[in-house]
Amino acid sequence: MQTLVAYVENKPGVLNRVSSLARRLAINIDSLTVGPTDDPQIARMTIVAHTDEKGGHRLEASLEKLVDVLLAENISERSLLERDLALIKVLADQQSRPHLMELIKVFRARVVDVAPESLIIEVSGTVDKIDGLLEVLRPFGVLEMARSGRISMTRGGDLLRPLTASTAPAPTLVTR
Amino acid sequence: MKLTGAEILCESLTKLGVQHIFGYPGGAILPVYDALGKSKLHHVLVRHEQGATHMADGYARATGGVGVAMATSGPGATNMVTGIATAMLDSSPVVCITGQVSSKLLGSDAFQEIDITGITMPITKHNVVVSRAEDIARTVREAFVIANTGRPGPVLVDITKDAQQASCEFDWEASTPKLPQKRVRNNHNQVEFDRAIELLNTAKRPIILAGRGIMLSGAMRAFEQFVRTCDIPVAMTLLGIGCFPASDPMNLGMMGMHGEAWVNHAIQESDLLIAVGMRFDDRVTGDLRTYAKGARKIHIEIDRAEINKNVKVDAALIGDAREMLEKLMPHIVNPDRGPWLAHIKELKGDSAVRDIQSLPDNGHLYAAHVINDLWKETRGEAIVVTDVGQHQMWEAQYYHHNQPRTLITSGGLGTMGFALPAAIGAKFAKPDSEVWVVVGDGGFQMTMCELATIVQEKINIKIAIINNGYLGMVRQWQEFFYDKRYVATPLVAPDFAALANAFGIRGERITTRGDVLPTIRSARESKETVLIDFRVEQEDSVYPMVPAGASLHEMIRRPNNPLVETATEP
Repeated sequence: MQTLVAYVENKPGVLNRVSSLARRLAINIDSLTVGPTDDPQIARMTIVAHTDEKGGHRLEASLEKLVDVLLAENISERSLLERDLALIKVLADQQSRPHLMELIKVFRARVVDVAPESLIIEVSGTVDKIDGLLEVLRPFGVLEMARSGRISMTRGGDLLRPLTASTAPAPTLVTR
Repeated sequence: MKLTGAEILCESLTKLGVQHIFGYPGGAILPVYDALGKSKLHHVLVRHEQGATHMADGYARATGGVGVAMATSGPGATNMVTGIATAMLDSSPVVCITGQVSSKLLGSDAFQEIDITGITMPITKHNVVVSRAEDIARTVREAFVIANTGRPGPVLVDITKDAQQASCEFDWEASTPKLPQKRVRNNHNQVEFDRAIELLNTAKRPIILAGRGIMLSGAMRAFEQFVRTCDIPVAMTLLGIGCFPASDPMNLGMMGMHGEAWVNHAIQESDLLIAVGMRFDDRVTGDLRTYAKGARKIHIEIDRAEINKNVKVDAALIGDAREMLEKLMPHIVNPDRGPWLAHIKELKGDSAVRDIQSLPDNGHLYAAHVINDLWKETRGEAIVVTDVGQHQMWEAQYYHHNQPRTLITSGGLGTMGFALPAAIGAKFAKPDSEVWVVVGDGGFQMTMCELATIVQEKINIKIAIINNGYLGMVRQWQEFFYDKRYVATPLVAPDFAALANAFGIRGERITTRGDVLPTIRSARESKETVLIDFRVEQEDSVYPMVPAGASLHEMIRRPNNPLVETATEP
């Protein structure tokens, strides 16, 4: 599994170019998240791809060849922070509710919707944490689940920023 | 100054230095054609849009500048696909301009509407839809920059009809390209550079692999100096041919599937490969598991995505070939390559069997004879545009190119039908050069409609059809690997000479060796296009041959007993 970060022009068709590239390289995307950055003209993607180190390099180098991609970096080997967000709708009757609440506390998740027969639980964290919660919720009856996909960021002074007029390179920019 | 989008396009192309546009009109591009008529641009009316893209490609390859092709929406645009892919695989700077239905109709399946940017996304370096007249000048300028910087490639600009018709202020100065600013990577990794120097200075059996990147970088002089400084022999890729003179003793010739046997053996025995502007294509390496096993590898390449793609390298120098070669040269310690060069000479001696001398000279015609005679007669100075197949390989083997950009051929995509239109483009690029088409009877029939373009444009090129009555290369594979079961390879063709006459072009048919030189001479003297139909041995094969997937040193060699004579009697 390889994790890449890409800064792209925030305009129509760019997501298609990125995903089409992965398809052309026969690389399966595990998750791809995209959202605007502090500069509304630029979007940031976190791409988690089912491939080896060689595939990760190819994807990174090929991505950066796209005109609309400002920066692409394979951060798999770097010290990173990763977050995934999930909303899980689970069956909850009078009997199971207290037990569920216990589990939610342990996982530092929270209840964001309460209905007579079910709850929606919001949990964020690493993929492992969410998978762990999901595992213990399954016996109660998971009705629906939505996951955001991973977002990742390198830790500390290891900065990944595109070069644009509006986001001048930070003084501690690490160029790799 | 207020102009329509169509007029802005023509103005912009003119300001970008475009002289010729290869295209075909239609409904969605009509406003542009109306503006073209009032401009100084010369439009070449093709007979099929695939021809337009090959012509623009041929133009680009002959000059190094950008070639421009134009078509209407829908089928006009989709007909360009093969030509665009051809340019993509060989890194050729082509800008394709297509008309599109009006922006308010986009997505409605309007007449001749097709999502051409969607279709061409994986086969263009970049593509873009323009739906406002205000964006045309900047977009076209950006397209030219993208097409011909870094690793070149095709760019498609799809312009909606309403954008062509709308009027706006035309301000050239204000429409400078605003391409996204890329992060500058630290390519000149000192560790890799030092390792490359150490490898170069300690190698005992090095070989340089020279590719088309040398030409694209304009690094011919630096490359020659590099070869002299390092005293390392050079093997060529098909597309690299011409970037280093064939007459130079350090030039071993072409490597790979149909490369010279001694070159392939030398590569397999080498201890260092210096790849310059090439991408270790499977036609060059054979089986990767056994490819140059004892060799370290240095890769000089502008495209990061090519590094370690097929072959794992020991030192990657990412950047412009000329820059890199010039940086390396001062660090080279004059090495002694005597024993290695002597060994290669020995290898070469063993390969005389494939030499043209050993073909039976019994009056029958062999493709090798034709190309050898053509080379001698034109003293290797013509621009030769080939199609794809056996004749292409024979050309690469027997026509010795000393000048860059004099062999124009579809290498990566291997597009049959490329030669005739690409040659037309090359002739427009180099009107004073002698341009020869070398084409098989199969490929010629794919795009022969462009003969009419030649006549309409009154241009002078020479066409040599290597006619063996088969789809020769496929037949050869059937002979070697499918027990001579010739399925769908025997090929009926029209009388090409008579066909040429029907177009108003002089046509000749040659069946014997003795007639080759006089006919070539007389064709060269003519100020008009001449087509010569060379009826050659039908079941001749290209040797040596590395079967697909085999190791580079496992070549099928020309059998010792001469060819079975299968030429049809005149």
